[in-house]
This record gives sequence, structure tokens and C-alpha cells, in this order.
Amino acid sequence: MKRRRRRNAFSYLGWSIAWLAAALVLFGLFDLLGSIVWRGVRSFHFAMLFTPTQGVAGGLENAILGTFELVLIAVLFAAPLGILGGVYTSEFAGRRTAAVIRFLAEVLSGVPSIVIGYFGYLLLVLQFHWGFSALAGGIALTLIMLPYILRTTDTSLQQVPHMQREAAWALGMTRSQAILKAIWRPAAGGIATGLLLAIAIGLGETAPLLYTAGWNANNPSLQLTHAQVGYLTYVAYTYLDQPYPAARDLAYAAAFVLLVVILIIQLVVRGLVWRTTNRLQGRH
Amino acid sequence: MRNVSRTAKVADYVFRVVAGFCASSPAIFLLLIAGIVVYQSIPVMHFMGWSFLTHTRWDLGNLYGAMVKKNGVTAPVGASYGGLVFIVGTLLSSAIALVIAVPIAILTAVILAYRVRGAIAWILSILVELLAGIPSVVIGLWGILVLVPWISAHLAPFLRHVLGYIPFFGGQVGSGYGLLASGIVLAMMIVPIITATARDLLLQVPLLAREGGLGIGMTTWEVVRYISLPYVRDGLVGAIALGFGRAMGETMAVLMVSGNAMNILPSNLYSPISTMAAFIADQLDSAQTDASGMAVHALSELALVLLVITLATNLLARWLVRPRQGRRKAGVAK
Repeated sequence: MKRRRRRNAFSYLGWSIAWLAAALVLFGLFDLLGSIVWRGVRSFHFAMLFTPTQGVAGGLENAILGTFELVLIAVLFAAPLGILGGVYTSEFAGRRTAAVIRFLAEVLSGVPSIVIGYFGYLLLVLQFHWGFSALAGGIALTLIMLPYILRTTDTSLQQVPHMQREAAWALGMTRSQAILKAIWRPAAGGIATGLLLAIAIGLGETAPLLYTAGWNANNPSLQLTHAQVGYLTYVAYTYLDQPYPAARDLAYAAAFVLLVVILIIQLVVRGLVWRTTNRLQGRH
Repeated sequence: MRNVSRTAKVADYVFRVVAGFCASSPAIFLLLIAGIVVYQSIPVMHFMGWSFLTHTRWDLGNLYGAMVKKNGVTAPVGASYGGLVFIVGTLLSSAIALVIAVPIAILTAVILAYRVRGAIAWILSILVELLAGIPSVVIGLWGILVLVPWISAHLAPFLRHVLGYIPFFGGQVGSGYGLLASGIVLAMMIVPIITATARDLLLQVPLLAREGGLGIGMTTWEVVRYISLPYVRDGLVGAIALGFGRAMGETMAVLMVSGNAMNILPSNLYSPISTMAAFIADQLDSAQTDASGMAVHALSELALVLLVITLATNLLARWLVRPRQGRRKAGVAK
């Protein structure tokens, strides 16, 4: 009996520690969100969205537009490469080749983001003489986003039942016609999810851009090279060190805007996934 | 039956080739990254040799004076590029992050896998994944605003008071910016990675094995401790290695709370440090002012070392979590 009691006590102890650990994780998350939102709300003004940065004060318009420009360029490169690459991996490649491509995509996503940024600096900024520019920053972000898009496209295509392909081929479609007309439809939700998550990742990146995009207090022009671009994470990182309250307010506001945009994207994605899984299980 | 038209065949072929090219883009980019980084670090490899890995002094030399030639490479007078401080800083801060993150992540995963279900499980899982999606700059901001003041005011004095007789925990407490802050910030970033993987692994433990444990009179905790965790051990080690790789490559959050030490190795848990990634990000200005270009090459070699270490860790992790068929029997190994 005594032994039994001791083992029960251990069980309680173990579970309590486990619950404590889970509570600690949640506490960390809410402390983080709470402190950033609290500071952000107090220093954020709507006028910031429509004023560019002036010296250490002003607004965030240039940074917001710059972030969108960089992510847009990155999506323009990464989406076709990633989606078509995923299609090839899932639909055309043999088992061996597919395994190699998946492995290489994993390796690329494991390359530290600062190494990608420094690579962009060495090749695009110095070697190609583009200078700090939107195109260099966009290509650095492409390298971050590409593996995610490729992998999610690949996995969502893999979940399409083989019967659908056979049905399409039996109608006399070539392999690509089958993909373009039939197979992509059930996978579209998954691909869109991957794309949105990749955009969320791109929005929050700093390290690849430090060495490639530079900084600009003016709104981005449409010039792709030889013109520096501002972006939100740069404001959050650099303006915090300034000894002026206005600059720090700008940093808090930038982090706040970034967090809100990323949280919205994440929640939209979860909502999409929630709805599709419900529908597939016939509970909707 | 209608034959497939020639245009359709050509279109099929073109589509296949284009898609194949896109699929090879990760390989092309990887080769390009490795090639450029290696090529650009050759001058410093000649200049410093292996002492790049063993020297602690990083000095750009007199940028406005005469140049000297050494080992066939021209560099500013007094230049020395020793990366040991940053290599040590990277490994130590990531190791501390693991010490903090691994128990917390595994225990949280146990709760998520076995103790909650339905809507609550879904919400908790989403919250953990949300933590993974928060930009590192925002985590760094939290580190500066909340964590660093708390460490310098409470945690560091407390640790020194309780564990001060162990050499590494004693000594100067400092400003709060340093090794401990970097470790905690990194732990925040790898906890969601390890938790998510561990939860998925734990959910794959066969119900029969767990019920068998309960059937022979184990408590629920003993089932977790002696059946579930040993069952997923290999996968867990892989997840931890993955987290380690991620921690070593992390830049911004560490840069903001590490204290940016140069030329001095950390003496205790509270000393300022710098990691390879953070130092590269920090040295943008000096890279641009060095007319000899040696600073750029030296940072390139640092990036190369970082790339090699993280890739090796990642490959090890992949190898540990590789899918294996039919090797495991349902049940306890021993």
C-alpha cells in the first residue's frame, strides 16, 4: 500500500510539473503579446500609416509600403518557382528524385537567414553592382519563402487521391492537362495556406534584408535597383536604440503593426484549415 | 478513340521541363550560396589560416594607414580576424537555450498529446504555433523591454545567490544583456518547434502499448515516462537537434539582447556575448568602410563557418528522424 501511495504521489508530481511547463509557455506567449500590444497601442497613431519617417520621428508609411514591395517581389519569384517545383516533385518526379528535391528544400530552409542576407550582399549588391535595392531584398526573401511554398504544394498534392489522376488520364488528358484542369482543385486550399504562411514569414524577416535592402526615409519608388527601401522590422530594430522617445514610439508602433498583420494572416490560415477539415469530415 | 494532339504533347513536354527547372531551383540556390560564400572567404583563409577558428581577437586594423602584405594578401596594418568568441557565443547560447527549452517543450507536448482534447487541444496547439510565427525582431523587443530588466533585477541575483558556489554561476551580474538573456530568448523561439514535433510523435504511440501499461497497474505518469517517451526517443533527439540548428542560426533576437561582446570570451552566465549570426548583422558599417575589402571577406568566412555548423546539425537531425519502416515493434524496447 505504501509503495502504491508513493507511486501515485509521483504521478501527481509529474503531471503537476507538466501542467506548470505548459502554463509557463502560455504565460511567455501572453506576456510577449501583452507587452508589445500595450506599448504599441499607446504609441500608435493612425496618422503614422500615412506619414513617412522624418529623422527619428514621423510615421511608418515608407516602411509599410517598402515591406509590401519587398514581399510582393519575393512572392512574384517564389510562388511560381515553389508551386511548379512542388508540382514537379509530387506529379512528375520518380521516388528517388522526389526524395532528393524534398531533402534539398529542407536543407535550404535550414540555411540561417543572415547567411542568405550576406549571400545577397556579396552577389547582388557588390558583384552585380545593384546596390542596396528592392530587387536584392526581394530575392533574399525569395530564398526564405521558396522551400515553404514548395513543401506545402508538394504535401497538398500528395493528399489528392490517385483515383482522380487515373480518371483524368482515362479521359485522354496528358499529365499536365490533368494537373492544370483537375488535380489542382482539391489541393488549392493547401497551396493557398502555404503561400499565406510564407508571406507571413517574409513580412517578419529582418536578417536577410539588413544587407540587401538598406533603409530609405522616403516612400519606395518603383526603381528596382540602386534605390534603397525601408521596411518595418528595420524600424523596430534600429529606432529602439535611439535616445528619443519619439523614435522609440515609432519602434513600438512598427512592432505592433507587424504583429497585428502577422496574427491576422495566421488566424485566417487557421480558419481556412478548420473549415476545410470540417467539410471533409462531413460535419459542416 | 481520339489520339492526343501534337500540340497537347508539346505543351505537356514544355510544362514538364519548366516545372523540372523550378524543382531544381533549391539545388541551384544552395550551390550558389555555398559557392559565393566560399569564394569570398578565400583571401581571409589565406590570411588567417586555421587561427580564424582559434583566435579571439577581431580587429579590422588601421583602416586609414598603410597596408601590409601577409601570406600574399593585402590587409590593413594590425588586422586580425579571430572568430572564436563568436563560435563559443553561438554554441553556448544555443546550449543554454536547449537546457531551458527541452524539458518545457517535452512536458508541454505530453500535456497537449494526452491531457487535453477537443476544442481546448485545438486552441492550445494554435497558440503554440502562433509563438513559432512571431517575428524574431518582436521577440527581441520583448527581450529588451521585459526580459533584460527582469534578469538584471531578479533572476541573475537570485541565481548567483543560490548557485553562486558553482564557478559559472558566480561573479559579476552585469546589465542583464548577455548569455542568459540570449539563451532565454532563443528558448522562446525553439520551444514551439520542439513542442509541435514532440506532440505529433507522442500521438503516434500505439494506444495498445499505453493501455497495456495501464493494464499491468502503471500510473498514467509511469505510462508516459516508461512507455511513451522511450518509444519516441529517436524522434525527440532529432527534434532537439533541429531546434539546436535553428537556435544557432537565429540573428535578430540575439543581436538585440546579447550585449554585443567583442574580443573577450564569456566568463560567466551573465557576461555579454555575441553570436556569429548577430555579429555579421552588427558589422554592416565596418564592412562598408574597409577599403581593402578584408572585412567583407572575414565576415564571409564567419558566414561560412555558421553555414557549415548549422547544416551539419540539420543533416544529423534529418538522419535521426528519418522514417523507418517495420523496425519498431509495438511495445517497450527493453
